[in-house]
Amino acid sequence: MSFYGLVDGSDSSLRNYLKQLPGVDQVGAEARAAMLATRSIKTTSKAWAIDTAISMVDLTTLEGADTPGKVQALCSKAFRPDPTDLTVPRVGAVCVYNDMVGIARQHLDSIGAQELPVAAVSTAFPSGRASMAVKLQDTEDAIVAGAAEIDMVIDRGAFLSGRLIEVFEEIVAIREVCGDRAHLKVILETGELVTLDNVRKASYLAMLAGADFIKTSTGKVAPAATAPVVLVMLEAVRDFYDLTKVRIGVKPAGGIRTTKDAIKQLVLVNETAGPEWLNPSLFRIGASALLNDLLMQRMKMSDGYYASPNYVTID
Amino acid sequence: MSGRLEVMKTYKLYINGAFPRTESGRSYEITSNKGEFLANACLASRKDLRDAVVAARTAQPGWAKATAYNRGQIMYRIAEMLEGRSDQFAQEISLQTGASAKESLQEVSDSVDLLVWYAGWSDKLPSLAGSTNPVSGPYYNFTVPEALGVVGAIAPTNKPLLGFVAAVAPILVSGNTAVVLASSSAPLSAISFAEVVATSDLPNGVLNILSGQQSELAPWFASHMDIDGLDISGLPVDQHGAVKEAGVENLKRISSFQATAEPGRILAFMEAKTIWHPIGN
Amino acid sequence: MIFEYAAAPESRSVVKIDPVYGHFINGKWVNGSSHFNSINPATEEVLSQIALGTAADVDAAVKAARNAFDKSWSKLSGRERGKYLFRIARIMQERAREFAVLETLDNGKPIRESRDVDVPLSAAHFFYHAGWADKLEYAGVDTTTAPHGVVGQIIPWNFPLLMLAWKVAPALATGNTVVLKPAETTSLTALLFAQVCQQAGLPDGVVNIVTGDGSTGSAIVNHPGIDKIAFTGSTEVGKLIARAVAPTNKSLTLELGGKGANIVFGDAAIDETVEGIVNGIFFNQGHVCCAGSRLILQESIADEVLEKLKRRMDKIRVGDPLDKNTDLGAINSAEQLAKIRELTAAGEAEGAGRWSANCELPTNGFWFAPTIFTGVTQAHRIAREEIFGPVLSVLTFRTPAEVIEKANNTPFGLSAGIWSEKGSNILWATQQLRAGVIWANTFNKFDPASPFGGYKESGWGREGGRHGLSAYLKGSAK
Repeated sequence: MSFYGLVDGSDSSLRNYLKQLPGVDQVGAEARAAMLATRSIKTTSKAWAIDTAISMVDLTTLEGADTPGKVQALCSKAFRPDPTDLTVPRVGAVCVYNDMVGIARQHLDSIGAQELPVAAVSTAFPSGRASMAVKLQDTEDAIVAGAAEIDMVIDRGAFLSGRLIEVFEEIVAIREVCGDRAHLKVILETGELVTLDNVRKASYLAMLAGADFIKTSTGKVAPAATAPVVLVMLEAVRDFYDLTKVRIGVKPAGGIRTTKDAIKQLVLVNETAGPEWLNPSLFRIGASALLNDLLMQRMKMSDGYYASPNYVTID
Repeated sequence: MSGRLEVMKTYKLYINGAFPRTESGRSYEITSNKGEFLANACLASRKDLRDAVVAARTAQPGWAKATAYNRGQIMYRIAEMLEGRSDQFAQEISLQTGASAKESLQEVSDSVDLLVWYAGWSDKLPSLAGSTNPVSGPYYNFTVPEALGVVGAIAPTNKPLLGFVAAVAPILVSGNTAVVLASSSAPLSAISFAEVVATSDLPNGVLNILSGQQSELAPWFASHMDIDGLDISGLPVDQHGAVKEAGVENLKRISSFQATAEPGRILAFMEAKTIWHPIGN
Repeated sequence: MIFEYAAAPESRSVVKIDPVYGHFINGKWVNGSSHFNSINPATEEVLSQIALGTAADVDAAVKAARNAFDKSWSKLSGRERGKYLFRIARIMQERAREFAVLETLDNGKPIRESRDVDVPLSAAHFFYHAGWADKLEYAGVDTTTAPHGVVGQIIPWNFPLLMLAWKVAPALATGNTVVLKPAETTSLTALLFAQVCQQAGLPDGVVNIVTGDGSTGSAIVNHPGIDKIAFTGSTEVGKLIARAVAPTNKSLTLELGGKGANIVFGDAAIDETVEGIVNGIFFNQGHVCCAGSRLILQESIADEVLEKLKRRMDKIRVGDPLDKNTDLGAINSAEQLAKIRELTAAGEAEGAGRWSANCELPTNGFWFAPTIFTGVTQAHRIAREEIFGPVLSVLTFRTPAEVIEKANNTPFGLSAGIWSEKGSNILWATQQLRAGVIWANTFNKFDPASPFGGYKESGWGREGGRHGLSAYLKGSAK
């Protein structure tokens, strides 16, 4: 087998490939990310950025306490974030646990939101600690229930103990289950990988194995989508495109709570991977509270004065 | 009857950036050197000490990781805040010790200046106490001084503010965090110092201030396995031996000092780490 | 471009510029006898009229400095001197935005740089040196040291406020008094600094600022009442000063030019290296004595690095220095722009391959697009002479020994950069390189605690850190 003509599926081929990747200097990467965070995005570019960010949000609820009522409310909000302003774009997707996918899909269809995809977390999210059989079934169930997107987690234990080929083969197997029914996001859980060198290696591993998107985190572990981590992942997809002419998407998730945070992400994309990635098919933001802050900032831009949480819906 | 009734201050402990009363509920009388009632101070217990050490330990890594410049600036701000409260502190000193207004104000000025002096050491001491060492071989060998960790101090009585500042400043400037027990008979200056610290951007837990009986608490300072160093300048000399013995259990670094302004007071609570790295292609 | 950043200008209203300035002598403003224009190099707009200091003005300043030294400054304890410097540092922090905007208007550098680098570092320099004033006995210099007395300081236009801080802070901390001449094209932040001295209550005459041109500088260098000269500027002028001072008893420190080698080994962390290359030559429009102006790439990764570098250079935002998103500002003067053009023309004529970033340059003001020359060898003028602009000369090497030889093959010796993930390699290279400041896996990093200065024709002495103090104390050495 050949994966983009870069590795042949064997352990040694994968090891060698990942080993020859250039290192990441942490201090330098943090400095670059910090400099990009000083970009001042105002007026027309801010308005554009807010609407773009809204369209990239994967509106998420992943709680043990999730109920059909909660998920349905989330779906309504996802499709019509501001009932008083229909110019607000709909979000990128709704993200739920796989036993809620059916409820989400049904509700979205019933309110005319057939175009809005449902993304399901799978493979024993968030820990990834379960048998392969469970993970495969997890994924299949979600797709059958209507998920068009699968957010899987990698086996961090295997990665950190050097069993890279196992991590690789799991992704390949899940990719196969998805087939052309669903796109695959691979969650690296960068907070557990800790070093930027690991983030780079894991990014390449995931892309080589067939990821359509690489995603930073489950949102259940801090730190999640820090700027240097997203920077390294954007560099990876940029360089991967040079090698293969294929564009892989990036999804930061967790810790992006304010409009300022979201705009900083868009600047990172713009000045690292490039403007081709500035759309929901290649960049998503996993968030929940962020949406209301985006709406409040949007109100301020059109009204000219500061908004209040009273004027946005809680779901 | 003339004038208005003054609202008297309640003197509490300062732990982790908050002002709790002692968990023991106990208090004791503070009187002026003439025997007049001044205040009821908290009689801190070993449990308050325990809580303070937890706060200090939690705060220590962050404080040590701050840049030397940042620590120096915060300590300079402590000096700024103290300067602004000169009259308040001078009055308190006079009440406790009977010193004249002029002497008390001098003590406050000296304390401000001492804080400034120590603040200026933060980004300089490593250039002096560290070194590159010319070892015989193709190795880059260098020594860096590092903060010790959590340091306790028993503050002296005779200059209740200056002695307290002389204990606190050298501990903090290098990145240690501190738990300080004020003078038993004249603790008010130390306790009020918490007001200065709370307005100085010093992170919670970096400095913790207790009031109580030194004879009761000194043994608990000495035996605490999570206190790394101890300044016993404020303890009577005849108690030093027992404290040092108790401190042996975790090889506490224990010192007492005569002079207030000495880089040695900083170095006493620092470690030295030496690193080797080969030189070659 | 999809994501165009809308204009994000910093407001000018925070700073007030007078239409004409005099000199700051003995704590007061003194009228100048003649004036010259100071312009904003980004727009060529006249900002103010600056006084041209005469020999008489210099003489008045030196007398004021001498008087202040004898009567007040040398009578103060180190502790009290230090407290003045702490005040100055704090006031500079309070007025940071004003200083940043003024520096950008006068110099042409982007507001992001003056706001995030120049001004904070300047305040930090005063804060650091304030703490030395009462600790000189611990500084490891000769215990018989004393201040020189009156020092004359001449600073360049590339970091006007920061160079003032590098000079004034240690001079005052060690007990000297100062006569300072800012560069002709960039006097405004020095003049604002005079206001800070007044707000801090600094005794009259401790700091004196005399503006002017080369003739003013000459008057300072030659004034018999000055005990020590400190100069930062070109090697050419540095040598003139050194010759003038040689027959006298004056002490002299110099911080001159450079042609820093930025060395990239095959095992470097590539993305961060590219950032470091860009920072090394395009920070401050390349108007940096320690710029990494010779990029020396290991052949094995040369193509990859160059491709990434060009792509990165195309993202450099050139334009209005007051816009918060601008990365590269204006060239400081028409004169400097002409020099850059002359040398880049020479580069082309000598056969090097020229490539410039694709950017639209404003029509008014002095501008130069970020440019690299590939296929450069040591024999090219653009590999030997300091261009002092956003122009990078790119050479290659095969072995570590070879790159050290190339890096050292220059009369300059100010800075060098090393990019490698192998620690022992870095330490080996630092041992071999003849440069006063070496950055490994980073570039253009400055700190008041870190000594800065050059080997060979890059100057005499160090600024910053414990080492920098000795220049301002007369020990036994001459």
